[in-house]
Amino acid sequence: MSSRVTIQTLVFDLAEEVEALRAGDGGVGAVVSFVGTVRDRDGTQGGISALELEHYPGMTERAIEGMIDEAFRRFDIRGARVVHRVGLLAPRDPIVLVAVTSAHRGQAFQACEFLMDYLKTQAPFWKKETTPAGSRWVDARVSDDQALRRWGITAGNAAA
Amino acid sequence: MISVQVRYFASLREALGPLESVEVASGTTVGELRDALIARGGRHAEVLARGRAVRASLNQQMCEDGAVLAGGAEVGFFPPVTGG
Repeated sequence: MSSRVTIQTLVFDLAEEVEALRAGDGGVGAVVSFVGTVRDRDGTQGGISALELEHYPGMTERAIEGMIDEAFRRFDIRGARVVHRVGLLAPRDPIVLVAVTSAHRGQAFQACEFLMDYLKTQAPFWKKETTPAGSRWVDARVSDDQALRRWGITAGNAAA
Repeated sequence: MISVQVRYFASLREALGPLESVEVASGTTVGELRDALIARGGRHAEVLARGRAVRASLNQQMCEDGAVLAGGAEVGFFPPVTGG
């Protein structure tokens, strides 16, 4: 049985990951996937030339496994896979993949969104952007905490 | 006294290094550990200050200030997470 969560430096292949996820499961009627990518515009002058991603080896994988367990409790899904890259990334590079299979699309759509909302505020990763002005750690967003609250989860992140 | 391993990440790691061993009284909480580190002054006080957004983990699970430390515990201090 393949792993549900992989943290890796290498790029991932969406088609390969989806095929592996739904392989041998004839009950799958829906596959929903999300890919997050590195923007090359940070909203100020000049662009992002590099993005560095740090994680907490051991804790990060375990945290995401827990989120997937919760997704299986809440939604009628058949499979879930999260791949998240770490290390040095370039503009337009893929960062994260969340893929979910189910019999019918509604549950897969919801579970995929749930997993992304949960990961954004509770998975131990930290991003550092490099722009012409130098490198700076990205700030967490309060809007991501609000997205998580939609699912009835009150764990915070951004506030002091 | 008990010994705990404290791991720092991101901007905290840049200021304090990735790891240090700290001796505390048995029954100390994560919040009290943070306050003890702040009391050292210097960079510890600057980056761990109350009012700064710092999250904590105990044995690789997110925790609150009230979590109680046992000998050999691994504590993480880090900024709000920004993955995804």
